[in-house]
Order: sequence, then C-alpha cells, then structure tokens
Amino acid sequence: MKILVAVKRVIDYNVKVRVKADQSDVDLSNVKMALNPFCEIAVEEAVRLKEKGVAEEVVVVSIGPKACQEQIRTALALGADRGIHVESDVAPDSLAVAKILNKIVAEEAPQLVILGKQSIDSDNNQTGQMLAALADMPQGTFASEVVVDGDKVQVTREVDGGLQTVELTLPAIVTTDLRLNEPRYASLPNIMKAKRKPLGVKTPDELGVSIDSKVSVLKVEAPAERSAGVKVADIAELVEKLKNEAKVL
Amino acid sequence: MSKLVQQQDLEFLLNTVFSAEALTQYERYADYDQEAFTSVLDTARRIAETHFLPHNAKADAHEPQFDGEHVTTIPEVKTAWQHYAESGLLSARHGYADGGMQLPALISMACNAYFMAANPATAAYPFLTSAAANVIHAFAAEAQKHAFLEPMFSGRFAGTMALTEPDVGSSLGDLTTKATPHDDGSYRLKGQKMYISGGDQDITENIVHLVLARIEGAPAGVKGISMFIVPKFLVDEQGQCTERNDVKLAGLLHKMGYRGTTSTVLSFGEQGACVGYLVGEAGHGLSYMFKMMNEARVGVGLGAAMIGYRGYLESLAYAKDRPQGRRATNRDPATKPVAIIEHADVRRMLLQQKAYVEGSLALCLLAARLVDEHEAGGNAESGILLDLLTPVVKSYPSFYGPRANDLAIQVLGGAGYIREYPVEQCYRDNRLNPIHEGTHGIQGLDLLGRKLWQHEGKGLKLLLERIQVTLNAATKHSELRETVALYQSALKPFMTTTVELGQSLLSGKAEETLANASVYLDIMGKYVVGWLWLEMASKALEQDDLAAEFVQGKLQAARYFMRWELPEAELHLKRLQAGDDTFLATKPEWL
Repeated sequence: MKILVAVKRVIDYNVKVRVKADQSDVDLSNVKMALNPFCEIAVEEAVRLKEKGVAEEVVVVSIGPKACQEQIRTALALGADRGIHVESDVAPDSLAVAKILNKIVAEEAPQLVILGKQSIDSDNNQTGQMLAALADMPQGTFASEVVVDGDKVQVTREVDGGLQTVELTLPAIVTTDLRLNEPRYASLPNIMKAKRKPLGVKTPDELGVSIDSKVSVLKVEAPAERSAGVKVADIAELVEKLKNEAKVL
Repeated sequence: MSKLVQQQDLEFLLNTVFSAEALTQYERYADYDQEAFTSVLDTARRIAETHFLPHNAKADAHEPQFDGEHVTTIPEVKTAWQHYAESGLLSARHGYADGGMQLPALISMACNAYFMAANPATAAYPFLTSAAANVIHAFAAEAQKHAFLEPMFSGRFAGTMALTEPDVGSSLGDLTTKATPHDDGSYRLKGQKMYISGGDQDITENIVHLVLARIEGAPAGVKGISMFIVPKFLVDEQGQCTERNDVKLAGLLHKMGYRGTTSTVLSFGEQGACVGYLVGEAGHGLSYMFKMMNEARVGVGLGAAMIGYRGYLESLAYAKDRPQGRRATNRDPATKPVAIIEHADVRRMLLQQKAYVEGSLALCLLAARLVDEHEAGGNAESGILLDLLTPVVKSYPSFYGPRANDLAIQVLGGAGYIREYPVEQCYRDNRLNPIHEGTHGIQGLDLLGRKLWQHEGKGLKLLLERIQVTLNAATKHSELRETVALYQSALKPFMTTTVELGQSLLSGKAEETLANASVYLDIMGKYVVGWLWLEMASKALEQDDLAAEFVQGKLQAARYFMRWELPEAELHLKRLQAGDDTFLATKPEWL
C-alpha cells in the first residue's frame, strides 16, 4: 500500500523564538528551520510500516516556499521514497492546507495518510481533522500506536484520562502524538541518497485550490515573562493571594 | 539553545568565514550542497545531544572498572558508539570506493565539535578509531585493510595507537618494545605500553592496536621503529574473531579528567605469543604514525576548544540567571539584586572566555579548511600552511581552553567548584589537552625548531599573505580602525624577532634559542588567533543579515584581543629578542 505523509517546515525547536518589532509575526530571518517534530514522527511511522513490509511506498508532501524542499529532503533521508512540493510563498491556513492535501490524496490515492497532530509554530491541531472531512475518510487522531491489519487500521489514541483504541477502515487518516515512536536521524549515506530521490513540484493553482485565508493574524505577542516568586508567611496569606492576586480561587 | 555551541556562531564560521559551500566546487565534494551539509550537521548535533551529552557526568562519576579479567564501562557508552557508527560518521571522510561519504574535513570538524562539547570522553573512542583507520587506509596492505579496516568503519572494531611506554614518552626514539619475525610472515611482539587510551573496553567486538616496536636488530633511534597491527582477538579469513591474542590489560590508570575513556597499561607477549602484522615497510613506523598524529593533534585542539566553549555557554547562562548584588551606584537594599552579568568584572570573565573559545574554534576550522584545500583542491600551499600551523592548532586551544574553564568556574563561584555543576568537570577534562599528543613543550620545539623553517620558511610567508588580505579588508571598516592599527603595529616586532630567532638557530645556538620555544609557541598562537578575530569581525560587518548583537559581540571580542591579549605577546617578544636566559641559566641544583 501507499502512505502519504504531510510535513511542515517550522522554526527549529531549539531556537528561542522572537516576535517581530511590529508584532505582525514571529521573526523568521536568519533562524534555523527544521521539520516539525510531530511530522517527523509521522515520517518515522510510515517508514517503519514500509520496513515491516506493510507499505510499498511512502510519499511526503509539503506546502510552502521553495525552502520547504529542505524538509522534504530530510524526510527522504529518513526513508521516504518520493516528495511532492506544493509551492506557495503565502503561508496557507489550516483549511487551505487541508484542501491542497485533499487534491493530492485524490491524485495519489494513498491507503493511509499520516500527519502530525499539530505544528509547533501555530499549534492549531486542525489539518488532519479537516482533511478527513474533505476526503471523507475515517480519522484516528493523537495516535500512540498504529497497527495495520488487512484493510483496517487500529489506532490507539491518547485522550484525556487514558487511551482509546479505534478501528478504521482504510483508506484512513492518522495524526501522530509524541509517544508514537522515537524518530531516527538521517545517516550520512541516506542523506546523500535522498538527493537522488524524485521530488515533484506543483502549485495550488495547478491543483485548483485557492489559498486565500479566511483567518487573519491581528497581533503576535511574546508570552508574559515569569515574575519572581514570593515567600508567604502562612497558609492564610497563601489563600489570600490565590484569591485576590492570582484570582484562581 | 544548544548547550554545545552557539549555532549562529558555528554557522557564521562555516558559511561566512570559511565559505563551506565553495568546497562543493572541488570534484571530490561535488555531490554536496549547502542543504546536505546542514543535514549532516543536524544528524551529528542530534546524536551528540541525545546519546553523548546525557551521560557525560555519569561516565565521569562511574569510571571504567577492571576486575582483573574484564573491563566494564557504563552501558550508555556502547549505545552512543552504536549510534555514531550507524550514522556513517566513522568513515565519512573516506572515498565512496572505500565505503566513505567524501565528507569535507571542514564539515567533519564541525560535526566533531558537537561531540567534543557534549562528551569528550565517550567521543574519544570513535575519534581514536577513525584516526587509526586512516593510518591503516593509507599504509596497510590490502589483506590487512580487508581484515581490519572494514570492521573499523562499520563500528565492529575500535582502534588505538600504542606509542608510549612506561619509560618512554615524548622521546619515542628510545622505545624498546621488540618484534621478532615469525615463519608465517607475521611478527611476535614483546613489551609494555602505557597511557593507551581505549586500550581495552567492553564496547566493541575487537580492538585494533597500532603498535610502534623495534624489529630485532633494527638500528637505534627513530629509524629503527616499525608499525604493527596487533588485534585483541585474531581474525580468521571470514572476518570472524577467533582466539584471544597475547595482549593483556595490566591495569587501568585513574585520570583527573576524561574519566570515561579507559587509560591502560598493556602487556604485549607475556606468553611469547603476541601476533603482530607489519604495516608498510620496516623502519617507517614513526612517519606513518605522524600521519595519524597530525590529525590527532588538530583533534586535540578541537577538543580543548569545545570543552572551553561548553564552559563558556554554561557560565554565560548562569551569569544571566543568577541575581546577586547591586550596581556600584545603588546603595538601596530594598531594590532587587541584579543578575551577575550586570557586573563588569563578570563580563570581563565572559568576554575573555568568548575570545579564547570562539577564536580556538575558528582556528580548528581553519585547519580543516586547509586540509580540504590541500587534499581535495590540490593546493600545495595550503598543505604547507597547515604544516606550519599544526602545533599552534594543537596548543593554542589546549592552553587557553583550560583558562576559559578556569574563568567559567570563577563566574559560577562556589557553584563552579562543586560537582553538581558541570564546569569543574570541563576544567578537569580539558587539563589533559596540553599533555597528550605531544606536550606543550614538544609543540614549541616542533614549531620553533622545525616547522617555521620547513619549505624554506614558506609557511610563514603564506600566513603573512593571508593576514594581509584580512588587514586590507578590515581597514575598510571604520569600526575596526583601532583594532586593525593595534594588530598592524604588533606585527613588525613579531616578524623581526622570528627572523632573529632563525638566525640564532642557524648560528648553532640551538639550546639558547629553543629554551624559550614554548613561549614562542604562545606568541605565535596569539598572532594567529588575533588575525582570525580580525577576520571574524571584518566578515561579520560585511553581512547585512546578522543580528546586531552578534556582530557587536564579534567586534568587542576582537577589540579585547588586540587591547589585552596581543600586548602580552609583544612583551614576551621583547624578552625573546633580548635573548632572555632566565630558564636556561637556572641550574638544576638551585631548584
């Protein structure tokens, strides 16, 4: 079977993110970018399914500026077979991404689509669910275990208060949680092999998808800095502060 | 932020100062591009952060143990080794035909920087193995390569170099380990070696020792020294390990730092059955070993630079976080204390560290760039310059890295002195670097007694040409006016004194001149690193996409270097020029 994995280029998790002076966005200039960690887990899961003989081909797709090809190459170096880059200099919102992916799904007809549950930059946690609706496929989100069995896939989901296992009929959508697997790193020989793997480029126009966003970002602010702690004399004072200063009681 | 190295600094050095991407013009590196370099560096960083850094303190606290039969190391070391081997880094520098990846030396050096900063003791095992493999690759016969090289590249076997003996260290010409020819063409070795890093361990299936020994009847001195491959386990034609060779661990040595790396005393041939295989031609052992030694020396410089760098980052983070005291102008005890980085004296200690460690890293990367220019680019002059600079690349970081760690401890104060914080380990680890792979004193003799005058002094001429290129570019920046002027005015006495020392050597005053060789080594280090600071500051000013603080940091460190470090070198130069004989004239009985 064929597995399609969607991957996103985001700020490297090691980087201390700074907000632009005009508060329009975070500052991306001269910042190290990387594969979104949840997407990396998605690639790893697909590659493991291929290594187990469950899947024959792993195709990765990414949407964004030309530089996204770096992340596609990374995924190819991790073991994916082929890349698709949908080139767009405008950052599409979750729905636009889902619409583009839906077109790719129609073209590629994968049996399984694996996505990260969210990206560490916008933290929306929407794309997989939207894609499931658009493609009319069952979805197993926040996966911590994926077992393919014939034309079914069992997905163990990390839900509040425990684990829930669902069974979906293929083709299906799976979004990954952090505990699904521990992704490998790319070995040097695989980094060089990835350079020779096929990578096709498309545009949203060619796919007939408009990426005009219905959502606009009004303002981006850095989280408030944590202020220093204070020592309280007794429990009464603590309760008083929780009530009147922190206003949590 | 990475604890290992400032990512922006490393990228600036690789991409801007040493133009990594230009290396892809060399045919050997044509398959690479910027993106591939980044991927390789990401892989190295990740393995270093995930599998080397976390057990750095544990390996220090739990030294390898020897029960008289077997050595035990903590299991994390073996896991780290496996990940390193699987990544392909062990053979990365070699050609595709030999199973390597033709990775440029510059990128390889940057990869190694992550490992050295993360855990120098565990990194020693793969680094020693790579170095030993390089010698086998360069000089051993095909059958020997087949038996030993391939398993070393894949991580099944590790490698060591066994030179030092209990009574013979720096003066290798006096070594006494004997090799006797055997009927089957191999040799039987007998002798004892000491301070052999990685000489025994429980990490790999087999260990390949490269041993220097004297074949029976060989002449005295260095010309009688040959090199032998001595495996811990003999290997059959299918590449499987068979019986245990007669090389025994006599004991482990207990070090101040680098405690995760075994340091061993090895007995060869106690039962008269230690099998060794001659590498290349008899009598060439030391020259073969120098191939490995020159690389190892650059590697020592890198280790010293990166342990220094780690301490710098730790103390920088601490200084930003630790509230203590108020500004001199503020006497109000009700106000909040400031972070200690607000105190100028703390910034002094941090800036000094920055100058040492970033300068040292630049120096090591320069050496790697020269290797690429020479080996892949066919540029003979780069090879000559590398020869000249090798003692400096080994010694400057080894001398100033521990000083940086000393300052890091001072920044942390009491916290720096306790083992709950990592900087005291950095200091202990780094203290090895001026000692091994040729002591500081030996490097001084090598530089002043030999390297400066090789190729008719061409190395120094090439160095000055490169310095001139930097000066020409730096002069254009008004921000660098003072810094350039200070460097330029210091350059003349350096040249004059160097020429005078050369003449003094020619006139037969070897003992008088070389008495101060290690001082000269320090002087040269300051001039070379001073040049690199000018280069970094100048290149930083030319980039318009760098953060302003980053550029200002480079400028300020360059300023510090010319105002405070270079004058020390000038002072030493005056003493050398005057033929100072303080040490020479000191009689042993006065001490």
